[in-house]
Amino acid sequence: MNVAEKPVIAPESLIGQRIQKKDAPEKAAGKTRYIQDMIVPGVLHAKILRSSRVHAKIKSIDTSAAKALPGVHVVLTAADVPDQQPIGVARDHLPLKGERVRSLRDEIAAVAADSEEIAEAALRLIRVEYEDLPIVATPEDAIKPGAPLIHPVPLAADGQPKALPPKTPIAFAGKPDNIAMRFDYTHGDVAQAEAESDVVVEDTFQLHYVTHCCMGVSGVIAEFDASGNLLMYSNTQVPFLHKREFAEYLNIDPSRVRIIQPPIGGGFGSKLDIYPFEVICIFLARAAKRPVKMVFTREEEFLASPTRQPVLLTLRSGCKKDGTLTFRQVHTLHDNGAYTSWGATTPFVMMQTFSSLYRVPACDYHTTVVYTNNPYAGSFRGYGNLQATFAIEQHMDMLAEKIGMDPLNFRIKNAQDAGEVTGQGMSFKSCGFKECLTTAAERSDYRKKHADNLANRDAPGPVKRGIGMASMLHVGGGAKIYPSDGCGTILKLDDFANVTLITGASEIGQGSETVLSQLVCEELGLPISAVTVVNNDTAITPWDVGVHASRTTFIAGNSAIGAARKAKAKILAAAAKKHGCDEAMLDLRGGFVVVAETGEPVVELARLMRNLHFSDKAELVMTTFYYEPPSVHQDKGFKGDVSAAYAWATQVVEVEVDTDTGIVKMTKVTGTHDVGRVLNRLGLEGQIEGGVVMGQGYALTENLIVENGVTRNPNFRDYKLVTAPEIPEMDITFVESMDGEGPQGAKGVGEAPSICIAAAAANAIYNATGVRIFGLPFTPEAVYRALRGKAEKPNWQAWKSA
Amino acid sequence: MSLKHDIEFTLNGVTKRLTVDVTMNALDMLRDVVGLTGTKYGCGEGECGACTVRVDGETRNSCLMFAVDLDGRDIVTIEGLAADPKADALRDAFVEHGAVQCGFCTPGMVMQAAHILDTNPDADANAIKRGLEGNLCRCTGYKKIVDAVESACCGGR
Repeated sequence: MNVAEKPVIAPESLIGQRIQKKDAPEKAAGKTRYIQDMIVPGVLHAKILRSSRVHAKIKSIDTSAAKALPGVHVVLTAADVPDQQPIGVARDHLPLKGERVRSLRDEIAAVAADSEEIAEAALRLIRVEYEDLPIVATPEDAIKPGAPLIHPVPLAADGQPKALPPKTPIAFAGKPDNIAMRFDYTHGDVAQAEAESDVVVEDTFQLHYVTHCCMGVSGVIAEFDASGNLLMYSNTQVPFLHKREFAEYLNIDPSRVRIIQPPIGGGFGSKLDIYPFEVICIFLARAAKRPVKMVFTREEEFLASPTRQPVLLTLRSGCKKDGTLTFRQVHTLHDNGAYTSWGATTPFVMMQTFSSLYRVPACDYHTTVVYTNNPYAGSFRGYGNLQATFAIEQHMDMLAEKIGMDPLNFRIKNAQDAGEVTGQGMSFKSCGFKECLTTAAERSDYRKKHADNLANRDAPGPVKRGIGMASMLHVGGGAKIYPSDGCGTILKLDDFANVTLITGASEIGQGSETVLSQLVCEELGLPISAVTVVNNDTAITPWDVGVHASRTTFIAGNSAIGAARKAKAKILAAAAKKHGCDEAMLDLRGGFVVVAETGEPVVELARLMRNLHFSDKAELVMTTFYYEPPSVHQDKGFKGDVSAAYAWATQVVEVEVDTDTGIVKMTKVTGTHDVGRVLNRLGLEGQIEGGVVMGQGYALTENLIVENGVTRNPNFRDYKLVTAPEIPEMDITFVESMDGEGPQGAKGVGEAPSICIAAAAANAIYNATGVRIFGLPFTPEAVYRALRGKAEKPNWQAWKSA
Repeated sequence: MSLKHDIEFTLNGVTKRLTVDVTMNALDMLRDVVGLTGTKYGCGEGECGACTVRVDGETRNSCLMFAVDLDGRDIVTIEGLAADPKADALRDAFVEHGAVQCGFCTPGMVMQAAHILDTNPDADANAIKRGLEGNLCRCTGYKKIVDAVESACCGGR
C-alpha cells in the first residue's frame, strides 16, 4: 500500500486483549506432532524392565533369552554400562539398578527392538532373582532407630565402610541414615513471641500423593550422529540444564548435545528433572548405533513419573487478642521416596509462605526429608505451596475464631503491603494482596454467606453449605535458584516486516509463544500473525533456565521486549535518517512507521526493511537481548529477595457437603489474582481456570494410593481426575498492581491458581459442618469418617522427637 | 506367527484395505499402520477419550476396539473431521474460546464435541458437560471447552 493512501493510524494496544493461541488451530485439527507421533527413519523401540519387588537385593539378572529373541537389537543392564553416573539433585540415583532395587519403579534392564511388541516380549524373557529386604513404607518408620537403610554405606571385605574419595556421590557412598535433606529457617524469637501470644493453636496436617497426569505420556528419542554428537527429541521443561547434565553423564562436551522439544502434551513441573528413562534411552542408542524411541504406557506414567511431595506437617501458630499474628513454628516430614528429586527441595517455597504470606514477627521452620521405599516426588505446579497454604490458611480461620474476629478482617489486618521487606528478606515492590482479599470476598458475598451457613448448620436436611477462603503468595518474577535465572532472545525482521522470534523459553501448552509474540508486536506495531516463534532447539535458541517457578512470561517476556525495543530503535533511526525527521517523533503502528503525535504514516515498515536490505549499506534488522532479573540468591539461612516480583491471590470456595454420604461438591470458586497486569486475557483465564480445577482435584478426588511401597491405582479409572460435569462455577478477576519490573507490568501466574483451593475447601467444609479435616483428599469416605469423629489423625509426636 | 486378517473399511471417506494382526487395536492401526497420528493414546483403557473416533456415526474409544472390528464400517478420525468444512466452525470455536492449551486431548475433545453437535444441536452447557464427561483434560479446567462447544451449538442455529 502506498503511504499516501493510508489514513492516520491511531495507537492501539494488544495488552489486555483476548489473543488466540498461536498453536491452537493446528492442535484443534489434530495436525500437531507430539513426540509420540514422531517417526525417525531407522528408529528402534525401547522398553524398560522395572522391579517386581519394593526393596530387594538383585541376586542375578539373566538376559540371554531376551537377547536371543529375533528383532532384539540391544539388552542392557547395569553391568553393561559400568560408566553410568548418578542423576538427581542428591546424585543418589543410578538409572539402571544392578545391586539393589529400592522401589517398584526401579529400572533393572532395557531393550531396544524392531517394535514395541518385540521389546515387550523380550522383557518377559528376562529372569531376575531377588532377595527381599524389609520395606520402609512410611517416613515415620524411616526415622525410627534401627530402621532398614535405603542407601546403606557399602562395606569393604573387613566389614568396615569402604574407603572412598571425598565427594563420592550417595549412589556409590551411601548414607548412614535415611535422612536425605534437612532445611532449617528462622527469623525473630519464636519463644518470646509465643509468650506474648494470647492464643496458640497447633495441629498436624497430612498431605497425600498426587501426580501430574499429563495427557501426553513421557517419551524421548535419542540418536547419535557419526561423530558421536547426541540429538535428543525430548519433552523436557529445562532443555539447557539437560544439555549440560547429559553431557556430564556421558562424559562428553556439552556442545555435542542438542535437544529438540517437539510440542509437549502437558508439563506442570513433571519434566523438570532428568529421569532414568532418558539416560537409558541414550545408552540404548549408543549401544545400538540407531535412533531409539521410548514412550511410556499410562500405567508406567503413573508408576514411574514423579509425584507431588507428600508431607506430614505440624504447625503451631499464635496471635494476640487484637488479631496481630505473633509467630509460626513449623515441622515437616517429607517422604522423599527412594531417590531424591525436586520434591525434596519444596521447603524453599514452603518456608516463604510460612514466613512471608502474612506479616509474622517470628517464624521457625524445619523440614526433614527422609528416604523410604515409596515412589519419589518431583516438582509439581505450586512446588510445596499447596501443602504450606493448606496448613496456614486453616490456622488463619482457627485463630480468628478463637479471638472472635471476622476471618476476613483478621487476614486484612495481617496482610502484606507493597514496600514491605519480610523477615526472610523478600521485598514486595508491588502487592495487591489486600485488594485480592476484599475483591474476592465482595464478589462472593463471603461475609454474609459465611454467617448464614453458620446459622444454618443445624437446620434439617443432610446437605450443608459452606464457604471458605484462602490466599497465596508465590514467586512471580522468576526464582534465582541457578547461577542465572535469565532468558535470551534473538529477533529478526525479514524483507516483508515479518518477525522471527527465537526464544529460549519453552512452550508446554501454557501459551508462552503467544504472549511473547504479543509483547513483541506491542513494541513493533505488528499483528500477532506477523510473528514466527522458534523455541525448541538448543542448537538455535539462546539459553534459558527452563519452564518453572511461574517465570516464563516475566523473564522471557522481558527478554523479548528487550530485543524488540532494540529492533524498534534501529528501525526508527533508519526511518528518521531516510525521511529527514527526528526519530524521537516516530512510532511503529499497524505495519507503518508513523509520526507518533498525529499517527500520520511515514513509510511502510516492509518497504523500509527492503530499503535497508538492498541499499548500498545492505543491512538487516536483527537484535539480541539477554534478560537477567534483579533478584538475588538466598544466603545460607534461606534469606534473600529471590524473585524480582511476587504474585498474590485470594480464592473463595463454596461447597455443599452431604453429611449422609460425605460427598463434597465444589459449587463455586471466586478467585482474584494480582497478576501485575493482564497481558493475554484469554490465556490468563485459561491458566487460572485450569489451575483451579487441578486444585479441585487435589482437594477432592485425586489420590495416588501407595501401600507398602505399591501404587494401587495406576490408571484413570481408580485415580480420579475431575471431569467436565464436576467443575465449579468460576468467577475470576484480576488485580493490576503494575509491577515496575514486570513485562508491561505483568507478574507470573502459572502456579498460583492451584495453590489455595484445598485450603479454602477445608475452611468451607468447616463452615458447613463445624468439622475441621486436617488431611487430604476430602473423599466421601474421609469426610464421612471425619463428620462422625473418626478421622485418622496423623501421629505427630511419634516423629517429632526424631 | 500371529494371526492376520484382511479388513476393508471407509476411512475419512476413502475405502481402505488392510491386513492386520488380529490382536492389534484400532488406535494402533490408525496411528502406526495407516499413519494418522491425530488420534491420541492417552490411557489405552477407554478412560480418557484422547483416542475418540467416529464409527458408523457414533463416537468410540479406538483403544478399546480391535482393528478387525472396523471391518465393513465407516470411520472418521480428526483428520477427516478437519477436512470437512462443516467442522470449521467448531474448530474455530475451540481456537477463539481458548479451549486449547497443550492440545493433547483436543482431537478427542473436538471429535466428541462434533458428536454432541450432531446429536443434540440445542445442547446447553450442562448437556455439553455430560457429553464431554468421558474426555479428560488436564490443562483447561474444561470451562473454555464447554464455552467453545456451546458457541458452536448456538452458531449452528
